[in-house]
Amino acid sequence: MIRVVLPAHLRTLARVSGEVELDVAGEPTQSSVLAAVEDRFPVLRGTIRDHVTQKRRPFVRFFACGQDLSHEPADAALPDAVATGSEPFLIVGAMAGG
Amino acid sequence: MSSVRVLVGTRKGAFVLSSDEKRERWDVGGPYFTGWEIYHVKGSPVDPNRLYASQSSGWFGQMIQRSDDGGKTWEPVGNEFTYEGVPGTHQWYDGTQRPWKFTRVWHLEPSLTDHDTVYAGVEDAALFRSTDAGKTWQELAGLREHPSGPNWQPGAGGMCLHTILLDPSNSDRMFIAISAAGAFRSDDAGKTWRPINRGLKSEQIPDPNAEVGHCVHRIAMHPSRPDVLFMQKHWDVMRSDDGGNSWHEVSGNLPTDFGFPIDIHAHEPETIYVVPIKSDSEHIPPDGKLRVYRSRTGGNEWEALTKGLPQRDCYVNVLRDAMAVDSLDSCGVYFGTTGGQVYASADAGDNWSPIVRDLPPVLSVEVQTLS
Repeated sequence: MIRVVLPAHLRTLARVSGEVELDVAGEPTQSSVLAAVEDRFPVLRGTIRDHVTQKRRPFVRFFACGQDLSHEPADAALPDAVATGSEPFLIVGAMAGG
Repeated sequence: MSSVRVLVGTRKGAFVLSSDEKRERWDVGGPYFTGWEIYHVKGSPVDPNRLYASQSSGWFGQMIQRSDDGGKTWEPVGNEFTYEGVPGTHQWYDGTQRPWKFTRVWHLEPSLTDHDTVYAGVEDAALFRSTDAGKTWQELAGLREHPSGPNWQPGAGGMCLHTILLDPSNSDRMFIAISAAGAFRSDDAGKTWRPINRGLKSEQIPDPNAEVGHCVHRIAMHPSRPDVLFMQKHWDVMRSDDGGNSWHEVSGNLPTDFGFPIDIHAHEPETIYVVPIKSDSEHIPPDGKLRVYRSRTGGNEWEALTKGLPQRDCYVNVLRDAMAVDSLDSCGVYFGTTGGQVYASADAGDNWSPIVRDLPPVLSVEVQTLS
C-alpha cells in the first residue's frame, strides 16, 4: 500500500480529503505511483505531469522521507519507507509566489 | 419575468452575479474554483444552464469545467489539448523559432446550435473544438498550419487566440483573432483559414501591408449584421463592412485609441462601446478617469459615459474579454476591471453602478439574458 498526499487544489479536484492509499504492482517508482494516482483519479491527468511528455510540471515537486525526489529519474525505485507505506509520497505545489 | 446572469472570471476564481430584469439588486455567487485563474466562463445560447469555464494554474495546468445547472454545480471535463501532428514552430520575441506549446485556454465559445459543441481559443495560438460537451478536444489544425504560422509571434500577454466569433447566418463562417498575428476567417467551418488584416496599420511593423503581425485585441460582431465587424486593435479602433476583407479606422475623437474590449449594443448594431486606455506601456485610464466611450454612428463620433464611474484617482484596466451586453429591452452593458470592480449600466451606458467592488482582478465578463 502506497500512501500519497496530494496538494489542496488537487484534493479538491479529486474530491478527496486526507491521504490517498493506492496499490501499486511491483517495485514502486514515481512513474508507477503517478500512473496509479491518475488511474484512480482521471481528473488529475495533466495536472501533475504533462499529458504528452509525461514530465513533471515545473511547479510540482515530489518529496518523501525528508528528501526532494523531484529530479530523480521517473523510473527510479522510491525509498523503502514509501514502498512499505510507513512514509507517504508527497506531491507538492512549489512555493512560487502568487 | 426576465433575469440576468453575469459570469465573471477572475485571477482567483469565478463568480456568478444574478439579478432580475431591473438590474438593481444582485446576488453574488462564488467564488468557484478558488485560487485558480478563470480566464473565461460562457453559457450555451442553446441551453443557458450549460456553462463552460476555463480554469488554469501555473502549478497544475489547464482544467475545463462544465455546469448543467447555471453555475450551481460544476464538473471537470477534458483538459487534454494536444496539437495535431508535429506542431512546428513560430517566431519568438528575439526572432528565433520556438515550438508551439500549449499553455492555457483563453476563450470558450459555445456553439450557436448545439449545446455539446464548444470551441476553445488557446495559447500558443490554436483553435480546438469539442463535440461531446468538453470531454475531448480536437484541434482545427488548418489555422495553426496556415503558411504564415511560422511568422506569428506572441504579444506581451502571450500568443493567445482570444476571440472566436460564429456567424449566425452561415454555419461555415467563423472569425478568430490572435495576439499578435491578427484576424483570420474560415468559410468552411474551420478547415481552412485566411488572414483578414487588410487596412490594419501597425506602426510597429515595418511593412504597412503585412499579412500578419497585427496585435488585434478584440473583435465584435452584431448577430443581425455578421459582415460588419468592429475591432479594438492595440492602437486604433477599426471597422469592416465586408466580413473582414478590408478595414478602416473609426477611432475619431477618442482621447486615445488604445484599449482592449469592444462591444455592440444588443438592439442597435451601430452603437458600439470601448474603454480607452492611456497607452500600451502604461495601461491606465487617461487622467485617472474611468470612461466608457459610446459611438451611436458605428464609430468616428464618440461620447464619454461617466455617470457612476470614478472620475478621479482611478488606475484600473479593463481587459479584452471583460465587457458584455445583455439583450433586455433597455440594453445592459457590463464590464470588469483589474481592480476587481464589475460595473453595470441598465440603460445602455448612460448611468453606471458597481455590482461588486472587491473581487480579484477581473479577466472576463459574459452575460446571459434569461427568460
